[in-house]
This record gives sequence, C-alpha cells and structure tokens, in this order.
Amino acid sequence: MDCYTANWNPLGDSAFYRKYELYSMDWDLKEELRDCLVAAAPYGGPIALLRNPWRKEKPASVRPVLDIYSASGMPLASLPWKSGPVVSLGWSAEEELLCVQEDGVVLVYGLHGDFRRHFSMGNEVLQNRVLDARIFHTEFGSGVAILTGAHRFTLSANVGDLKLRRMPEVPGLQSAPSCWTTLCQDRVAHVLLAVGPDLYLLDHAACSTVTPPGLAPGVSSFLQMAVSFTYRHLALFTDTGYIWMGTASLKEKLCEFNCNIRAPPKQMVWCSRPRSKEKAVVVAWEKRLMVVGDAPESIQFVLDEDSYLVPELDGVRIFSRSTHEFLHEVPVASEEIFKIASMAPGALLLEAQKEYEKESQKADEYLREIQELGQLTQAVQQCIEAAGHEHRPDMQKSLLRAASFGKCFLDRFPPDGFVRMCQDLRVLNAIRDYHIGIPLTYSQYKQLTIQVLLDRLVLRRLYPLAIQICEYLRLPEVQGVSRILAHWACYKVQQKDVSDEDVARAINQKLGDTPGVSYSDIAARAYGCGRTELAIKLLEYEPRSGEQVPLLLKMKRSKLALSKAIESGDTDLVFTVLLHLKNELNRGDFFMTLRNQPMALSLYRQRIEGRVAALQTAADAFYKAKNEFAAKATEDQMRLLRLQRRLEDELGGQFLDLSLHDTVTTLILGGHNKRAEQLARDFRIPDKRLWWLKLTALAALEDWEELEKFSKSKKSPIGYLPFVEICMKQHNKYEAKKYASRVGPEQKVKALLLVGDVAQAADVAIERRNEAELSLVLSHCTGATDGVTADKIQRARAQAQKK
Amino acid sequence: MAAHLSYGRVNLNVLREAVRRELREFLDKCAGSKAIVWDEYLTGPFGLIAQYSLLKEHEVEKMFTLKASRLPAADVKNIIFFVRPRLELMDIIAENVLSEDRRGPARDFHILFVPRRSLLCEQRLKDLGVLGSFIHREEYSLDLIPFDGDLLSMESEGAFKECYLESDQTCLYHAAKGLMTLQALYGTIPQIFGKGECARQVANMMIRMKREFTGSQNSVFPVFDNLLLLDRNVDLLTPLATQLTYEGLIDEIYGIQNSYVKLPPEKFAPKKQGDGGKDLPTEAKKLQLNSAEELYAEIRDKNFNAVGSVLSKKAKVISAAFEERHNAKTVGEIKQFVSQLPHMQAARGSLANHTSIAELIKDVTTSEDFFDKLTVEQEFMSGIDTDKVNGYIEDCIAQKHSLIKVLRLVCLQSVCNSGLKQKVLDYYKREILQTYGYEHILTLHNLEKAGLLKPQIGGRNNYPTIRKTLRLWMDDVNEQNPTDISYVYSGYAPLSVRLAQLLARPGWRSIEEVLRILPGPHFEERQPLPTGLQKKRQPGENRVTLIFFLGGVTFAEVAALRFLSQLEDGGTEYVIATTKLMNGATWMESLMEKLV
Repeated sequence: MDCYTANWNPLGDSAFYRKYELYSMDWDLKEELRDCLVAAAPYGGPIALLRNPWRKEKPASVRPVLDIYSASGMPLASLPWKSGPVVSLGWSAEEELLCVQEDGVVLVYGLHGDFRRHFSMGNEVLQNRVLDARIFHTEFGSGVAILTGAHRFTLSANVGDLKLRRMPEVPGLQSAPSCWTTLCQDRVAHVLLAVGPDLYLLDHAACSTVTPPGLAPGVSSFLQMAVSFTYRHLALFTDTGYIWMGTASLKEKLCEFNCNIRAPPKQMVWCSRPRSKEKAVVVAWEKRLMVVGDAPESIQFVLDEDSYLVPELDGVRIFSRSTHEFLHEVPVASEEIFKIASMAPGALLLEAQKEYEKESQKADEYLREIQELGQLTQAVQQCIEAAGHEHRPDMQKSLLRAASFGKCFLDRFPPDGFVRMCQDLRVLNAIRDYHIGIPLTYSQYKQLTIQVLLDRLVLRRLYPLAIQICEYLRLPEVQGVSRILAHWACYKVQQKDVSDEDVARAINQKLGDTPGVSYSDIAARAYGCGRTELAIKLLEYEPRSGEQVPLLLKMKRSKLALSKAIESGDTDLVFTVLLHLKNELNRGDFFMTLRNQPMALSLYRQRIEGRVAALQTAADAFYKAKNEFAAKATEDQMRLLRLQRRLEDELGGQFLDLSLHDTVTTLILGGHNKRAEQLARDFRIPDKRLWWLKLTALAALEDWEELEKFSKSKKSPIGYLPFVEICMKQHNKYEAKKYASRVGPEQKVKALLLVGDVAQAADVAIERRNEAELSLVLSHCTGATDGVTADKIQRARAQAQKK
Repeated sequence: MAAHLSYGRVNLNVLREAVRRELREFLDKCAGSKAIVWDEYLTGPFGLIAQYSLLKEHEVEKMFTLKASRLPAADVKNIIFFVRPRLELMDIIAENVLSEDRRGPARDFHILFVPRRSLLCEQRLKDLGVLGSFIHREEYSLDLIPFDGDLLSMESEGAFKECYLESDQTCLYHAAKGLMTLQALYGTIPQIFGKGECARQVANMMIRMKREFTGSQNSVFPVFDNLLLLDRNVDLLTPLATQLTYEGLIDEIYGIQNSYVKLPPEKFAPKKQGDGGKDLPTEAKKLQLNSAEELYAEIRDKNFNAVGSVLSKKAKVISAAFEERHNAKTVGEIKQFVSQLPHMQAARGSLANHTSIAELIKDVTTSEDFFDKLTVEQEFMSGIDTDKVNGYIEDCIAQKHSLIKVLRLVCLQSVCNSGLKQKVLDYYKREILQTYGYEHILTLHNLEKAGLLKPQIGGRNNYPTIRKTLRLWMDDVNEQNPTDISYVYSGYAPLSVRLAQLLARPGWRSIEEVLRILPGPHFEERQPLPTGLQKKRQPGENRVTLIFFLGGVTFAEVAALRFLSQLEDGGTEYVIATTKLMNGATWMESLMEKLV
C-alpha cells in the first residue's frame, strides 16, 4: 500500500492530481477517433461516434455509420446515417443525441438509436449552412448554439421548449471566429467569441467587446477557450502558448501559465472539484496532456493514443481506443489519509485498524493517540468520506472497515452517514460495472440524484438492475419500483411481434395492482404505437377514471368512456364526455346514446342544455297523460287566468297571477260578494275554507254587520271560535262576545277566556269537570279581581277529588 | 387551534389544520398582495376554517363579494376568485376579468374552485375567452368542514335535491372524497355499513378510490371502527317533525347557519338604568353556537322543557360564586377570587344570553298554534288518523299559514301513512294550488318525486309495522332525565338514529324485515387492514362509529346520537357527518321550485 500514492502528481504545493483507469475499452474501433465526430455525455454517459464524416477530403464511398456505445465501450446502437452532412453531435441532459446537420436541421435520437423527432434552427441557415455548433447544458435543460456561414449565431436555450434566438451581429466580422463558446450567466445564455486579438460577448440585445483583466501582452489570436462545468470559470489559450484563467464574467483573473507550446491544442477543458480552491485546466495535444493551474510547474502526461476529453463535474474523463481514464484532483479526505507520513486522524485510524487485524498492540497505541486528541469522530468521518471517493472496491472496503472499527469506540455516533455511504457505494459499484458502464463518481452521483440515475438505467432498459436498486434502497414504491415497472411496460407495448393479449397479460402479471402504476400512461404509449386494442385492454386495469376516460375519448371510444365516467361517480368527468359526444355525434345519435344512461341524460338536461329545469319538470308532469290531476289543475289554472283577465277588464285592479284564494279574497275586499260567491262555486272551494276566507276578509274590512249576517247564514262549518279570535285580533271585544256564546262546549272555555269573561269560563269548566280547562282558567285568574273565581275553582277541584 | 374541535374522541382539529395548511399553501403560491373575490355562499363555511387573520397573514388585503360588472378598485397584485364550480358564476367572473383588463395596471388572476375543479367550468371560461388570464387554477377540496368536536358537514345546500330528484351524483362523489380525506388522516375505517341507494353508491366510490389511491396511503392507526352511511330517504319522517331540543328549536325558529344564529336584538339590550332604552340595537344579535361555550354544550341537546331548570340552577351557582367575594378575607383568598373572575363573568354572560334565547323560544312554544301543530304531528307519528284529511291542516291552508309549514305537515302525514289515499292527496294538492297559486304544482311534483308526498300504493300502510318494530313512538318519555332517544321529539324516536342504535346492538339481522320495507339496499363492506394496524380493544373501550347522513341531518338527530354516545353502557360513540345541517323548513325550501 506504500505505493498507493504512486499515481499522485503534485500541482503546486497544495494539490495532487491523479489519473486512474475506469475501463479498458474493447469497442474494436476501426477508425481513429480523430476521423470521427465524437460526443460523450457527461455524468458517465454514452459515447456517440459518427464515422466517416464529410469533412474528409475525398468523398466517402461508404455510407457513414452512427455508433453509440456505453462509457465502457459496449455497443448500444449502430445505424447507417441516411440524412445530410452532420456538423456536430451532442447529448442532451435527458441523454438524447442531438445531431446538428449542415442545413440547420437537428435530428434527435434516443440512446438506442431510435429516431425521436427533429427541429430546425431557422430558415436563415438553409442558404448559409451551419459552420459549427455546440450543445450546452443550462439549468433549464439542454441548448443548441450554431454558427452560420454568415458568421451569425443562433441559439436555443432549451431544445425541449424550442425558442430560437438570433444573436446580434458582430460588427465588421469578415471571417469565422478562431474559437467560441457559450456562457451562461444570470440564467441567460451568451456567446463569447474570439476574432484575432479581440473578444466579443454577445447577449440577445447587443455585442460588446471584452478584455480579460491581466492578460499578458502580445496576443494576436486566441486558439482555444474553455468554460468550466458550472459556467463559473473561463480559460483562454493564446497563440503565444499562454493560458489565461479567470472567472467567466471576465472580471477577475485567477492565474496564468505559459506552456510555450504554440501549436493549437486539440482540446482544453477545466478540471476542478466543486468547492475546491484549486483551479486547473487540462490541455490536450496530439501526443501530450498537460494539467496547468496556479503553479509554476505543470503536470505532463504522454498520450500514446488519440484521446478525447470529457469534462465532468469533478474531473475529466479521457478515453481512447483502448482505455477510459479519469483524471481529478485528489479530494481532501483522501489526501489527508493517504498523504505520505500523514498524521491526520483518518490516517491514524486506518493504520490502527490494520494493526488490529494483525492482532498487534500498536492498534491500541494509534487509537489512543487519536482519542487523546479528541479526534475520533473526525477520523471516522474522514474514513467514510474517503471511501466514497475511492474507485477500487478493496480500498473502499478497507476505509469503511476502519470507520466501522473507529465507530466502536464512540458513544452515540449517528450511524446513518456510515450506512448511507455503504449503500451508495454498493449502488455505485453496481453501475460502474463493465456491463452497465456508468462510471459515476460519488460527487456526480449525489449531484445527479438517485431518481435521475434510475431514469438513466431505465433509459438503458436495465429494468432488473433498477428494480434491485430501488428495493435495496427501500425507495417508496411509487417513486421506485412502480415507476420502473411502468417504464418497462411502456417498452413492452412497443414489441410489435407479440400479440395484444400476450402483452396485456404479461404486463398485468408483472404489474398487478402495484401501487402507483399508471396503466393509462402505458395505454397511451400503446395507442401511440397504433395498438388501440391493446390500449383498451390495458385501460381496463386502470383504476383512476380521471386518467382512463380522456384517453378513451382520444381513442374515440366515447360510449365506453361514458359508461366508465358514470361508473366513477365523478360528474365532472361525465360532463366532459357529454360535451365531447355532443360535438362528435349528430343530435339523434347523441340522444340514442344517452337513452340508456338515465343519469347522463338527466345531468345533460340539468346543466349543459341550460334549459330551465323547472320547465322540464313541468313538461314531464304534462307528458304523463295519465296524470289526471296535473291536467285538471292546469285546466283550472287556464280558466282562472281567463276569469282574472275578465275581472281586470270589468272591475279594474290587479287580479292576474293571484291564486284562486287570493282572487276571491280580493273580490270580497272590493265588495264584490256576489262574484266572489260565484267564483267559489265555480271552482268548488270547500265550505270550510270559504268560511275562513270570508271571515278573514270581512274582519279585515271591519264589516261587522256583514260578518254577523254571514255567521247566521247557516251553521258555521269551522265553529265559532275563529269568529271570536278574529274579532279579538281586530280588538273588537263587543263583536267577539256575540260569537263567544255560540261557540260549542268543547271550545267554550277558550272563547270565554279570550273575551275576558273569566267568571263564566270558570262556571263552564266546573260544569264540564275538565281538569285541564280548570287549570287554564286558574292561570288566567289575576290578583284580587278574580279572587272569588279562583276560590270557586279550588273548591270544585277539591270536590272532584273527593269523589 | 379551535378548542371545541378537540374535545371528542376524535380530534377534528387535525382535519381543520390539514385544510388550513392547504389554504395557506395556495395563498403562498400567489406571491404579493391579494384581494379575494368571494362566492358569497362560501364565506360562511370558510369562516369555520380560517378567520380573516389567517388570510391577512398571507397578504390578503381586500375582500369582495362576487358580483356582476366590474370589481371594486383595489391596489393589489393578485386577484383570487374563490368560487363553487357553477357555470353562472363563471359568466360573472369572465365579466369581472374582462372589465378589469381594460383599465389600470396588469393584475394576476387566480381561481380557486371549492371543492372541485370542473372541466365544464373551465370550458365555459375558455369559451368566454378568459381562461388564459388565470395563472393558477386550482381546487380546494373542502369537503367536510368540522363544525364541532363530533360534527362534520359539507354544507352542500342542494345535496338532497341533486341526489334524489336530479340523479346528480356530484355531491355523493364529494362525500366519498371527503371520506377518503378523513381516512387519510384518521386511518382506514375497517367496516362500512350502509342503507339506501346513495349509501351504496358512496361505498362503491370509496372502494374504487381506495384502489386509485393505493400506494399513496400512509399507515395511520384507525381511529374509527365503523362507518355507517345512511340515505336521507330511508328516513324522510324525522326532519319533517318539529325538533324539540334546545338547539333544534333555535334552528327551527331562527335558523342556525354555519354555527351562527341571528336573533332579534331587543332581548339582548344591555340593561342599564337611566338609559331609558333610548337606543335599542336594531341590528340582529349574532351569536356563535358550539361546544366551546360550556353552558351551551350542556343544554344544547336537552329537551327544551328541561332547559329552564338547568338555567335557573346555573343562575344560582353563579350568583353564589359572586357572593363568595364577601367571604374572601385574606389577600390570598381575594387573589384567588379575582383570578376566577374572567371565567365567572364569561359564564354569567353566557347564562344571560341563553336565558334570553330561552325566553324567545318560550314565547313561541307556549303559543297555541305551536301546541296545535305539535299535537297534530304527534298524532300522525303515533299513527292516529293518518288516512283522512286533517282539520288542522285544512285550517292552516284556509288561513294561508306559511306554505312550508303546510307542506311539512302534509308530507308528514303522507310519510306516516306510507302515502296518502289518492282522494286525500288530490284534495290537499288542490287546496294548496288554489290557495297558494298554481305555480306550486312544480314543488308538489318534486315532493312526489322525492317520495315525501305520494299516493299510497297497493293500499298498504307499512308505517305501523316500522313504528312498532323500531319502537319509534314511546309513550312514557322523560324529558328531564331521558332514558331513550325519543326525548328529542318528546315521544318520537328518530328512525335514522334508531337504525344506528340497532346496528350497534344487537345488529341489523334482527330487523331484516323492516330494512326490506325501507327503500334502498342495506349492505356491509370490510376494508382489510394490514396486521400491524389492527386494533386490540381494551375492555370497556367504546367503539367509534362515523355516521354519514347523505342528504342532511337535523340537530335533534345529532342530539339523539350524542345521547347514545354518552350512555354509560352504550358501547359506541358517534361522530356525525352530513351533506348539510338542516331542518324541515330549510329542507322543504330546498325542494321548492323557485320561479324565475
């Protein structure tokens, strides 16, 4: 282990850089990389090669081939290129391959070489051709920038939501810029370009000249420029072999370096770790690789083969025909532990654990040393962290073992950090495997998040591995297993050689009622592939009607959609279908469809037709010819209306819209007793009600004479108590008394009390020997005046009790 | 926190907090100052969830009522419409938005649908060309609103009419959604019982939705043991009768809306000497009624005849407590007395209020007409003379008493006779039309459709069987110290509550025959629980049953259920949910056809 730091190269005093092999590539490349258009996706993504490009001098006799490999060189797709000449290739953040053609058309392919879509970078390009193009990533997604033959730039910051922006013209630009790049500042994409000794910054409004601060004199041209992964830093390579490094805003210089090589480098990329103070740039020439930073010396590597650099978040990947390597700054934790003669707590703990395994007492000494300094917690954390940055599983293990050993001597050390690191490393080792070929570092993995990683596995159709990871990490089913199964199902429905039944059965078998699986998404995919029948079969499994119904409508299965919507009970959904049906069918068919769905029909009438529901109800009532009552009532009403109109003509006043009862009342109030009688007879108003009516009306008129006459016209069907009551209501005690005597024995007491004749009431009550009435009278006896009466009642009561 | 919600077995504050959180989240989505334009109907229910202070904390500066034409001026960044998904409201909103666009600085418009977003409404907004103006279009699923520690309501006015007359399931769907929300917060309810067509549908929807939501369920220990879904049309009788509990009578006479009642102010005038009553308040006195008020919690569910004695006892206790001050000699004693003062003063205020209310109610209940009406009701319910034209009803019509009162009585008679003889029915109908006007033929039609007023079919009267089997009429009722739920109607035991009572003990199997006579299917469903969540009952621990009245519930029924909850050997505690808190009058009103 002494030689562990053998591949560490110091840059300046404080930083080490190391390069290690990720994979040895066996992709059997026929051509040299330099003969191909190359695009490698960041985050250990796939590599695309377009062989036989058009830039070769002699026209190709063979058709160019587009190959896609995993980072470990496993072939993913290979397809002959049938479209026009390609200027540039690049991967989007969703790992879609964007191929920018000379005519400005961008073709989008999937990871497996499946054509997805295409879009154009504008009409202007048609004549001018695309000279150069860049695919870049921003927080909104992936963008494309092109340089046209007219030396104009056009860019789109997000290919998912294509909005083309034509950048302003650079004044006096006659030839193509020597180099250019896209910058992203304040969430806006800019273009930085170099023409001779000048630098121009283009934003969407203007073109401005910029000068890097502290740039060495004598520069007549910029040969290369590089922006860091996070768009924070910029490096410029000049024709004097001088490298300027500074912030991307061009406000600050970080450092400079003179490499004295005037040949233009093939590639220049940043190599820095997030949150590290060290800034370094990797420059590659045909045979040489140089790491330069804020140090007088640079690190030099010899390149045996034609190589290609891929900038990553925390380093640079370098691949060639035979190998794939990773170059990065050694992280602090690793440096502390492994630096020669390091006395850092982590280093001591690692040593202690090794001695412990050897059963040597030195283990205790080392441990004691850490504990005396009170740095055991720190030591454990250091070991855990360093394990994360190790690529080799044996190193990871020994560091974790050391951490676990140290943990034993700590009280209450929270275990989650350790456990999580073990889990993460297990996942990382699994995906770094040669067959999978996603060489993510720990920092990249954390930046990418597990969700995105799972998406990428799904994209590579590595469903079993993805599911294993979900189960291992115990992700909630909805985010984990279900989602992957759904993706699998979406892939499954595209297998055209399998019958609908088999696919549906296979999918349902595997997915069952797995929570969170959207059968409608799968069905939508099936429908997208033209397999409507399969889609309908799959939709049967969909429990959410809100998802099921719209798709059924889209597939023109309106009737099925209607019954599903009704089944769900969601009336809003029913309306949606109804509106849809109404537009789709002619009126006759529409109602025929609704005929069998009474609920839908009634909803339609209630809300959509906007017909006054009342009218409909009335119509229903009439429609029932058997409903004699309604028919009769309506007839009566028509008769009444006619009569009322006549009354208005003859007598004046307001009669229309009054009820029959009110009409009669109005007539009496107007003194038209004859007519009132007639009307009552015509409409057969029951005697009792007529009496009430007349009584009320006459009392209101205070026509006591007429009232008395009326009361004597025959025996009252409502008794005479109402007469008493109504007179009292009009405060006419005199009249009331007249009727009180006529009230029947049952109500006589009440009537007498009403007119205030307590004494007589008492007599009647005593006579009737009615206990309730006696109490009632008693309750009306007030003070001295009725004292005699009260006594009388008490006596009668006592007598009654004796009996 | 609303303290009165956490008294019961089930802490309904959890629900309230959940809906409040949802509201806050929505408000925070619309950054900057806001004005809310209210669908007037929503302000009441919202008041139970969030007071103005909460809205204010989230930068709500102005509140308007949704009206046609333009919005009042307001210097705010956001204008948010809180509306029910009704098409006619969409037209008004569109008008508002269009007139707003033409003047002043640009605003952000948002719309919050309560309780559900509607495609139909959005389509209408689209047709009116304003859909694009709204930045956030969201729904606020305020289905069940907590009213009290054991009472939830959807306050959906038209629920009964929609369900039973228009076969519109919307509110059933919302009920099912509300139950899902409850289950998310309080755990899956292991057993569902139900009676009636709508109950069946709600249960079906719940089972469906459970499938839809699988995976997103959190595992909560179940709080409820049972759910009982009851259709209102299983028991059409109860709401028709006049409620005789204190709370029931307040509702019958003055109407309780969203737990507030408005009372005539005269009785509440501050009694100050020398004032000479020169400025009597003219504005109605508004009081909130819920169990947060100790005294009200005690008397609300009592038969009104038992309220007086409680009030006078309370009065004695309070004045005795105030007298204590004379006995307070030491500083410590005085201090203790003073510390109790606020509580005592509150109690005194509360007592004064309820004494006034009781007086107001007494004025009504002692009136002769009230007595006559009650006599007729009780005759009907005990099965006397239900098959012929009733003289009192005739007189009411002849004197043109309120139509609602007449309809209530006629319907009561019809229900207590399993429908009226054709001749009797036609006579009543003719009398009503001649007296109140032909236009009410639509209302009568509605009542007939709802089964409230119908001809007797097959000449068989089932009501006596039901009454006897379920013991709906109890002659020996004790209003002061009740032993049976029949005290809430002074003799009549609400059918709905009897069904719940019999379900708990001895089970519905004993009354299969009656259940078959009552409309709609009865059923039982089980929702399996994972073994970890199955409840082990402690001995003597009561079951908790959630009882959901589809189509409305009266305060008297609530009181009866509370009475059952409090029975020492009852074994079941009830939490009550409903589509609407109602009484016979509001119910009839909702069934009356309003003419345009």
